[in-house]
Amino acid sequence: MRPIRVLVAKPGLDGHDRGAKVVAAALRDAGMEVIYTGLHQTPEMIATAAIQEDVDVVGLSILSGAHMTLIPRVLELLRADGREDILVTGGGIIPREDMDALEARGTGRLFGPGTPTSELVDYIHDWFEARESQTA
Amino acid sequence: MPQSFDALVADFEAGKSAALARAVSIVENHRAGYDELMTRLHPQIGRAQRLGITGPPGAGKSTVTNLIVQSLRQEGHTAGVIAVDPTSPFTGGALLGDRVRMESVALDPGVYIRSMATRGSLGGLSARTAEVADVLDAFGFDRIIIETVGVGQTELDIARTADTTVVVLVPESGDSIQTLKAGVMEIADIFVVNKGDRPGADRLRNDIELMLGLRRGSTGNVPAHHGVQLRSFNPIRVAREAARAEDPERWTPPVLGTIASKGEGIDVLLAAVARHFRYLEISGALKGRRRIRLRNQVAEVVAERVRNRLWDDPETNAWLDAQLDLLESGAATPFSVADELLRRSGPLLTGVEA
Amino acid sequence: MTTAEMLELDRLREEVVQWRARFDAAKKRNALFANSGDVVDPVYTALDVAGDGSAMELPGDYPFTRGIHATGYRGKLWTMRQFAGFGTAPETNARYKYLLSHGQTGLSVAFDFPTLMGYDSDHPRSEGEVGKCGVAISSLADMETLFEGIPLDKVSTSMTINGPAVILFAFYVAAAEKQGVDIRELRGTIQNDILKEYMAQHAWVYPIEPALRLIVDNFEWSAEHVPLWNTISISGYHIREAGATAAQELAFTLADGFTYVERGLARGLDVDDFAPRLSFFWDIHNDFFEEIAKLRAARRIWARHLKERFGAKDPRSLIMRFHSQTAGVTLTAQQPMNNIVRVAYQAMAAVLGGTQSLHTNSMDETLALPTEQAVQVALRTQQVLAYETGVPNVADPLGGSYYVEALTDKLEREAEALFEQIAEIGGVVHGLETGWLQRKIAESSSRQQWEIEQHRRTIVGVNEFVTEEGELTIPLLKVSEAAERDQRARMATMRAARDNTLVESRLTALREASRTDANLMPFILDCARAYCTLYEIRAAMEEVFGAYREPVFF
Repeated sequence: MRPIRVLVAKPGLDGHDRGAKVVAAALRDAGMEVIYTGLHQTPEMIATAAIQEDVDVVGLSILSGAHMTLIPRVLELLRADGREDILVTGGGIIPREDMDALEARGTGRLFGPGTPTSELVDYIHDWFEARESQTA
Repeated sequence: MPQSFDALVADFEAGKSAALARAVSIVENHRAGYDELMTRLHPQIGRAQRLGITGPPGAGKSTVTNLIVQSLRQEGHTAGVIAVDPTSPFTGGALLGDRVRMESVALDPGVYIRSMATRGSLGGLSARTAEVADVLDAFGFDRIIIETVGVGQTELDIARTADTTVVVLVPESGDSIQTLKAGVMEIADIFVVNKGDRPGADRLRNDIELMLGLRRGSTGNVPAHHGVQLRSFNPIRVAREAARAEDPERWTPPVLGTIASKGEGIDVLLAAVARHFRYLEISGALKGRRRIRLRNQVAEVVAERVRNRLWDDPETNAWLDAQLDLLESGAATPFSVADELLRRSGPLLTGVEA
Repeated sequence: MTTAEMLELDRLREEVVQWRARFDAAKKRNALFANSGDVVDPVYTALDVAGDGSAMELPGDYPFTRGIHATGYRGKLWTMRQFAGFGTAPETNARYKYLLSHGQTGLSVAFDFPTLMGYDSDHPRSEGEVGKCGVAISSLADMETLFEGIPLDKVSTSMTINGPAVILFAFYVAAAEKQGVDIRELRGTIQNDILKEYMAQHAWVYPIEPALRLIVDNFEWSAEHVPLWNTISISGYHIREAGATAAQELAFTLADGFTYVERGLARGLDVDDFAPRLSFFWDIHNDFFEEIAKLRAARRIWARHLKERFGAKDPRSLIMRFHSQTAGVTLTAQQPMNNIVRVAYQAMAAVLGGTQSLHTNSMDETLALPTEQAVQVALRTQQVLAYETGVPNVADPLGGSYYVEALTDKLEREAEALFEQIAEIGGVVHGLETGWLQRKIAESSSRQQWEIEQHRRTIVGVNEFVTEEGELTIPLLKVSEAAERDQRARMATMRAARDNTLVESRLTALREASRTDANLMPFILDCARAYCTLYEIRAAMEEVFGAYREPVFF
């Protein structure tokens, strides 16, 4: 079984990357290949990286309140290039009702502050296994 | 939704980045369709110049690569970059962060960047990287850059897949002389001492030139020697053999200085790369290297076919298990068992793969 | 020490041995008895502080372990300064008036991310971010609106801005000029601490050297023109929030401070000309006594280094004045009401530690910007502390506590050890370029994360005492998309109404001056007065300085 490839990205101008780095390290420790984009990414940069790297998952970390603009834009760009099969997940400072709205628009599950990283790892593993058994 | 193979190839030939990325994945993982894809792409392979960039962590390779790509783009070339980083031996995972330093070209449609993890393989990695480079080559990039970390057997292998190998060092990267001894002398076509504004940069350049000179004294001026036999890579012996052959068209690796953080020295570096490529063309070494590369590729495919056909075969495995008692008692040796296994496996090995 | 005193200590030593035997034999809970850095002893005695001089100190006396004012809080309470800002300038102006009417004694401006990063509200990169995390200020016009009806000579304003700090400061000064105020009366602070940005908060614009040049330009200009203004708020808050331990927060922040002093001296300034206006900003985290000890150690270390290392003579150069904020990273999204309690304990630690100014977080800040109701509770937390608990009646009431004095000494020693390590690696700037400082913080952050996930550290409501929550019952602040539309409209109007020829000539003058050694403040101020926008001014200098490229360290 090849490793799961995940793009961990910080969209927008928010520079707080402690959470993103904790998640990236946790995913690596769980055996995944994590491509970390760094800070201050535009949705275009994120989608381009996701497509070039042919990742399975895109993880977005946003604490700046701009999630209702930036996350849908990433979804749109992935869809435009035929890659709506990539799982878009993430977290940060996102109120529950916005999470519901984003999930309705096509993201996977979104995670609030204080979620143990093991929960995120399990979520990605389960999603990946379900997808692999579908296409097998 | 996974595309049909023909649709993927059609998109690939139409120049779509998403199709390129999927093709790279198929090749990287030897997924279903890998054989057919490589076969389809074969005629298109061979147009790109391949540049290898290696060196210890912290040397600034990614920054140098970014500047090289920027310059190449200004000259009107297109560039595919493969950035290789180590897989953790404990977790099997990897943190691939080289893209971060190439942000200035992140949205350039003439640039493609792919991060690869070593995945714990030694020889296997270089074969995989070479195949990914082939895919980028077939796609149409006229320059391919392969960036790897560290200096070790893996990097030496990967360097052999490139036409020109640049080794980037920094004054602070620990004991530089030790680094120089670890096989770097043999693979480097060009040396770059980065962070030239730091103390010790000039001394390091001196040290490298001295080592090149020392080499000149004992075993002759060593050409950066590529295209050696897959199974017998002994740098010292190779160097001596070359000296004995008195190859008149030798390439002396230049030792250049850069300050990548300020963009300084990159034009001189690219000029040296161009010069090296011309040398390869004129001396016939380019053709020689590419033939060796193709030869190695065949060897890899043979090895993989053998692996798949032989070791995936339940009967072969059962037969081998049955020999273990004889081996334990000493009635048979590993050598006699191996010979017998090969004798029995003729039809299996030559059989057509399903 | 007299013979009698020595005999007393010997007796005590024997008693401690016996006590220890009883302690070891007794049953104990299975918990982590540690602060951010180390395990702590179960009890402290006179033996732990024997020979320590600080118990004999007084507040207001060098080295100021017990406080910088002889009068403690009897002379002046700490400033209750709630960080606030969202949406457009008119909306924040209303919030400031609300807070002032409810007894807040100083203003604190929170800018939105585009402003923090030097982008105008109508720049493409700002889309979706305008007004979300703070107020959008793109020009002098916005700054004038922000303080409409608030006389700038009557309030003290703190602006949390770093990368483009000098530009926003120029807007503030120009706005004061427009109000007809004498700028020599202006009181307040700009955070302007770029070193910690490279280390922790990541809101940078220019590379390190040009950024430091701008900071020293500001020291120089402000000393002459706005003598009451604090030119920098050297911050530990962000370093701590990024995962550092208390000792690292202490050491890295002070090391940054020393670096700024060195740079000022290198410019040829006299230390006493600018040091009195350097201020600090600390995080107030969960471990109650560690935080108090950290603040006491900070004052002592700063005073000693300024006097002994930098030769400061003016007593005002030696005193560390600081603002504190309760630790954002300790707030939880689960059971948000618990945050009120956390903040109350942290606020008390800040006051026992002698802070000059305090921001208390609101309970809902893990979910959104605070509502009026939530921020009122946060403000009342300070007011109850100030007026009902009696804590401010006595200066440094924990002075002489065996534990607090021992911990103060320990943190000081740890900080000094880190200063040596930083010197060995070539100083703060070199440490930032090679990632040494960032890596240290990342290591502490990983260790803490592991402790929490292994349940060695309890977070009430998160990994212990968890309840099944239904929908969140507290109302949340929503910043509408209208803010961005409004701001774009305002900017379009402003761009059309201003003298665009003047704008061009002022920007050109700034760009040219950036190539020289000239102090850039007057040029930036000229641009501000002409209604050049934030991005225009930033870009003029960026053409010369370049932009900072992030080196990633894990």
